[in-house]
Amino acid sequence: MRGSGFSNLSTQEILLPVRPLYVVVTLAAALLLNLLPLAGWVLALRPDFIALTLLYWGINQPRKIGFLPAWLLGLAVDVAEGSLFGQHALAYAVMMFSAFALHRRVAMFGVRHQIPHVLVILLLMQVIVLAVRAAAGGEYPGWWYFVPSVVGALLWPVTRFLFTIPLRSRRDPDDV
Amino acid sequence: MEYTPPPFFKRGPSLIARLSFFVLLSLVLLYADARFHYMEGLRKAIGVVLYPLQRIVDVPAEVASGIGSFFVSQSYLQRENERLVRENFLNAGLLQTQQELIAENRHLRQLLDMKERVGPASAAAEILYFGRDPFSRKVIIDRGSSNKVEEGAAVVDDTGLIGQVSRAFPWTAEIALITDREQAVPVQVVRNGLRAAVFGTGYDGALDLRFMPVNADIEHGDVLVTSGIDGVYPAGLPVAVVASIERNAAYPFARITCTPAAGVNRHRQVLVLARLAPLPEYPPAAQQKKVKPRKSRRDG
Repeated sequence: MRGSGFSNLSTQEILLPVRPLYVVVTLAAALLLNLLPLAGWVLALRPDFIALTLLYWGINQPRKIGFLPAWLLGLAVDVAEGSLFGQHALAYAVMMFSAFALHRRVAMFGVRHQIPHVLVILLLMQVIVLAVRAAAGGEYPGWWYFVPSVVGALLWPVTRFLFTIPLRSRRDPDDV
Repeated sequence: MEYTPPPFFKRGPSLIARLSFFVLLSLVLLYADARFHYMEGLRKAIGVVLYPLQRIVDVPAEVASGIGSFFVSQSYLQRENERLVRENFLNAGLLQTQQELIAENRHLRQLLDMKERVGPASAAAEILYFGRDPFSRKVIIDRGSSNKVEEGAAVVDDTGLIGQVSRAFPWTAEIALITDREQAVPVQVVRNGLRAAVFGTGYDGALDLRFMPVNADIEHGDVLVTSGIDGVYPAGLPVAVVASIERNAAYPFARITCTPAAGVNRHRQVLVLARLAPLPEYPPAAQQKKVKPRKSRRDG
């Protein structure tokens, strides 16, 4: 079966090394996607693109990204959303920690089996935001609050596919 | 997990140490923002950085809505035009009588030697996007402190009060809607002048009229307007219509739900009213009276 344990490693293609600029570009694109002026049910379904991007790099290239960019992007999200200053910064920091701590384990699995891992980490991130707001006197908004995490986790294979497009070797090694 | 890296690899501080550092930093920021509102300067600086990005993202949205409005059907435009002509006709009649009333009112106020009421100046703005924070109800408009939009100013649309400017960035402003859970608006029932306060519920299309006794003279369909006693909202702006009343003698207060008069979801255009002149300070004698009983209670 694909994606079961070590057999996956042999089929994994070898990607080009990631340049720091590429990480910056993807994070900027995610920020722009998060800023899209959506409303209604589209907004309720919209995954947190920044969290998804940070998680991708945290799991796949933990040496190319640290806590600081995640934390700063969290502050930017807080300003754009008009929420409490620091709630997303805190949530993203904990999310990056789980990504760094789990990256060796998650990398063992195939894309489909990575989805539950990603889902748990994204839900943890949202629970932290929820806890901060509850401490500040907010009210539980309803079950649909967690929908973006589910959508985000389901988009994980798409994210991985898109992010690896520029990293695939263009030359066929058999040509040489 | 539990292994120590060989000392010849430079690793920096451990993962846990880095996590604790950023968590602590976030908690400090959160506490300073929630309790003391110390972070407004930093928030504004980040807002300025985000503004060009926000504008870039708005371009495709504007193009999409432009394409959408280009393909509006002829019959829809005709219907709307007819409605607008009819409304304009009715409004023109009202406006003529209102001008007469304004003149008469000014004359009467002069006769009675009362202070003249000045209508607040206003600035038109457009809603950029709806707040994405699921815990609060906010919209962002495209006018900010550089357009003299001040924090605390009232915001209305063509049918009533929408909310209040809660944060003014240089080119944008955040408006807390009256449906936000933390918003309260002092109102007055048009029919009998009864004063009350309307609280947001956190849901679209619902407001609570709280702390009204069970036998309060409020009826289904009563129109509530701002009373103007808080010095924030000018008096007489339509706020809500009473939708349902539950009078249960077991509770001290009646449960009164209202529907907001304004519709934030219907239009993109809003009007920001300039802040009213500040109310005069409390006379010092009255303030002392206020403080004294508190002190004695603490002592006792």
